[in-house]
Amino acid sequence: MKCNNLIEELSSYLDDALDPALRADLEVHLQKCKRCRLVVDTCKKTINIYCNSDPVPLPDDTRSRLHEALKLKLQRAHR
Amino acid sequence: MSAPKLSPLDPTSIPAAAAASAAGTSTTASTAPVDNELELVTAARAGDISAFETLVNRYERKIFRLGMNITGNREDAEDTMQEAFLKAYEHLPEFQGNSRFYTWLVRIAVNQALMKLRKRRPNETSLDQEIETGEDSFFREVEDWGPSPEQRFEQSELQGILSTVIGELDPSFRIVFQLRDIEELSTEETAELLKLSVPAVKSRLLRARLKLRQKLNRYFRRSENQ
Repeated sequence: MKCNNLIEELSSYLDDALDPALRADLEVHLQKCKRCRLVVDTCKKTINIYCNSDPVPLPDDTRSRLHEALKLKLQRAHR
Repeated sequence: MSAPKLSPLDPTSIPAAAAASAAGTSTTASTAPVDNELELVTAARAGDISAFETLVNRYERKIFRLGMNITGNREDAEDTMQEAFLKAYEHLPEFQGNSRFYTWLVRIAVNQALMKLRKRRPNETSLDQEIETGEDSFFREVEDWGPSPEQRFEQSELQGILSTVIGELDPSFRIVFQLRDIEELSTEETAELLKLSVPAVKSRLLRARLKLRQKLNRYFRRSENQ
C-alpha cells in the first residue's frame, strides 16, 4: 500500500469498516510511514474533538426569540 | 375545556405534572419531572407543554449549531432552529417513535436549513456536483499535535476554533461532516436526507475530515502551544 491508497481508505479505516485483509495492509503501511501515522492520529483527534465538544451556548437574544415564538405557537395550538 | 396555562418557557417554572394536569392529562409520576426522552415526547403529545419545553431546552443548542454548520449564517441558523421546533410541535402527533425524537428533529432541521442555504446561494450549492480536490494537498501540514487539544484549550476557546474552522469548509463538505460525525447519522441516512449517493457521501466525508484536520493543524500543532 502507498500513501495515496491509505488516504482513499482512511475514512473506512477510521469507521472500522475495512475488510480484514485491507486493514492489515494498511496497518503494515502505518508501521513504516510516520507521515501517514500522523495523518491518521490527527484525523481521529479531529473527529473526536467535534463529536465531544459541547455546542456554544445560545446568545440570550436568540434564545429569547425562540422561546417567544414557541410561546405564541403553543398559545394558538391550545386556544 | 379551558386552555392550559402556559409557562414562561423555563423548564423549571412548571413541574411536568402540573402542566399535564392543566392539560387534562396525567403523568406516570405525579411529582417527579419527566426526564426520559420517550416519556417527554409521550407527555408532550398528550398536551404537556412543559415536557415539550424540556425537549427544546435540551436540544436548542445542538439544533442551532446544526443550523450554523449547514447554512453558515447566524440569521438563517436562528430561523432554522425556530422553524424546526415549531414544525416538530405541529407534527408531533405524526411522530411514530421509530427513531429517537432527536433524530426526527434533526431531519426536520436539516430540511429547513437546506432550503435556506439554497435560497441564499442558489447558484453555489448543488450538493451532488462533483468536487475537485488534489489528493496531494491532504499531506500538507502533517505535524504532531501532542497532548489532546481539549487539555490545552479553555472550552470556550476550543468552541470558537471549531466553529471558525468548520465554517471555512465548502457547504457540501461541512454538511456531510455535520450529519455523519457530529449527529452520528449513518452513511445511508445521510445519503437519503441529502439526496446523494452513498459513494458521494463517503467521498465528501473523507474530504471533510481531511480538510478539517489540515485546518485545525494550525491551531493544534505541538510547536504552537508549547
